[in-house]
Amino acid sequence: MSKTSSTIPKWADVLLIPIINLFMALAVSAMIIYLVGENPIEALKLMIEGAFGSSEGVGYTLYYATNFIFTGLAVAMAFHAMLFNIGGEGQAYIGGLGVAVILLALDQYLPFWILLPLALIGAMLFGAAWAAVPAYLQAYRGSHIVITTIMFNFIAANLMVYLLVNVFILPGSMTPESRVFEEIAWMPSIQSIFATLGIEISDSPLNLSFIIALIVSLIVWIYIWHTRWGYEMRSVGFSEKAATYAGINTKRVIMITMLISGALAGLAGVNEIMGVQHKLMLDFVAGYGFTGIAVALMGRNHPVGIIMASILFGALFQGGAELSFDMPTISKEMVFVIQGLIILFSGALAYMSRPWVEKIFIIFSKNTKKGA
Amino acid sequence: MEFALNDILSILAATIRLSTPLIFAAMAGIFSERSGVVDISLEGKLLAGAFAAASMAAYTGSAWLGLGAAIITGMILSLIHGFASITHKGDQVVSGVAINIIVSGLTVVLGMAWFHRSGQTPTLTSDSRFMPIQLPGVDAISNIPFIGEIYSKLISGHNLLVYIAFASVAFTYWVLFKTRFGLRLRAVGENPKAVDTAGISVSFLRYRAILIGGILTGIGGTYISIAQNASFIKDMSAGQGYIALAAMIFGKWKPVPAMFSCFLFGFLEALSMRMQGVVIPYIGEVPVQFIQAAPYILTVVLLAGFVGRAIAPKADGIPYVKER
Repeated sequence: MSKTSSTIPKWADVLLIPIINLFMALAVSAMIIYLVGENPIEALKLMIEGAFGSSEGVGYTLYYATNFIFTGLAVAMAFHAMLFNIGGEGQAYIGGLGVAVILLALDQYLPFWILLPLALIGAMLFGAAWAAVPAYLQAYRGSHIVITTIMFNFIAANLMVYLLVNVFILPGSMTPESRVFEEIAWMPSIQSIFATLGIEISDSPLNLSFIIALIVSLIVWIYIWHTRWGYEMRSVGFSEKAATYAGINTKRVIMITMLISGALAGLAGVNEIMGVQHKLMLDFVAGYGFTGIAVALMGRNHPVGIIMASILFGALFQGGAELSFDMPTISKEMVFVIQGLIILFSGALAYMSRPWVEKIFIIFSKNTKKGA
Repeated sequence: MEFALNDILSILAATIRLSTPLIFAAMAGIFSERSGVVDISLEGKLLAGAFAAASMAAYTGSAWLGLGAAIITGMILSLIHGFASITHKGDQVVSGVAINIIVSGLTVVLGMAWFHRSGQTPTLTSDSRFMPIQLPGVDAISNIPFIGEIYSKLISGHNLLVYIAFASVAFTYWVLFKTRFGLRLRAVGENPKAVDTAGISVSFLRYRAILIGGILTGIGGTYISIAQNASFIKDMSAGQGYIALAAMIFGKWKPVPAMFSCFLFGFLEALSMRMQGVVIPYIGEVPVQFIQAAPYILTVVLLAGFVGRAIAPKADGIPYVKER
């Protein structure tokens, strides 16, 4: 997914071009807001205000960002092996199921510090399991992972409806939800953590999962660039044939990479199920898997970039919700339009602006040579 | 078993109604992928077509103008997809995903702005929709047992777009396999370099292929909002674009087998509606979700290559880069 070019400096490649792409996406979004009959500048102000203007707003922004970090890392991990995992949506959904199974079974018996690692393992195992079949089919049967992961998203959706309606539903209840976990199994909110330190912030769904997401990002960074497995993975992504000749078992690498990718997506279930909802329910993933694609593309598949892009998208979701509240003509779905445009400009059209930037740099470097 | 024929006919008629949008989208997918462009954005184009048709029909009161608006919308989205994935050689899957997400948001945003309803267009009266039509001679032969019933209940009584869907299969077959354009289109999906060497523009061919796809998905979207239903509802395409994609693969990128896959998936959908809460002796209640997931499961099984192999056009999904 990344091309290196000698004509422009690295900082322009890593920072300038993504920012140009982002601005193009925002410019089109502004045009749509203008056509709908609202003032784009005013809308932007309201969104920034809503996302960062209060501790509650910041809390929501980072809560959304937590999901996006997990799903973004999942997509990025697969991208490094040149695999396109569109299945983050289903893997996160099933990951949440893993969390719920562990917590529903054990929340009456175990303390939090044992439940937490078990829930994390549950999320990762279930998420990885949901990626396992597409991974196997890609590695050993040559079926395209994009199609199989899309299919598995729909299978997951149907499976979850079945399980919630037939297995997890409370007797006599009409809403397909599980029972609420014992309070001991709830992920502590950042608000309560701050309160024990004597700092008061307002209530928001932000919880300890955000910190876990940052730690996981670090681990992913180490894995990709500082382990043998990461090296093998990137080799496969760079050229599967060359990797094979270098003695790398490409099939195994594809399997492992996709399992890790699925496990990462599954962790989004921890934030939602253990951190916020405290019960298993329908559709808690709400498109976060797809946002992960946008996040990975914007963050250039690097954990640091992904964290920054996740916070940007968190702000977009939170600010968008506030915006639809203040400007009723703009519905909250505007966020999806902006998200889609960002995917279009920083993904599919990523290299559209490159020739221009290159030209500018060539003119610029000529001038400095003359000056010297 | 007196009720059996009627029941079967009503399930089969429902199958035809539910397969129609799938057929349009699957044919669109065949045109696109046969030329070497992966089109995940079938879903978005169906949805956009549905919205455009319902909006235009609500505004002008004409179903035909609605159809026109949907076709133009489908073509515009195809051009965006082509601009990203043919002209700029971007990732075709990424471009498709982007279009799907943009459409799912934009239809609601524009619906809100134009009609001040969240994710809906006004309900249409029957003269601004495509209504069921009776084929000639229904009255004459409907009294004949069996054949008459099949003719009057299964073949007749659908709206015009259903029949166009069938025509689109014949059209796709004819274009792909009986015309020079179709031969070139298939060639460009298998070996674009050879086509380029022969002095034919790869990009122009691919653009034409996806534009035809845009037209077809536009008609499919029109069917969903102003023939099958009487207004646009948020996310009403509900994954049918992806099912069509599955049907296309299941039909191995061939028009007629793809049509039968659409029937199969439409039948499963019709069956799952019928089976809601029905208890079958010895088996018990078949979970509806299982039947609904069946198209996806079947496609995965087929892709796994255990029952017949699904082989995509060779250059499918690969942007063509001219050598210098």
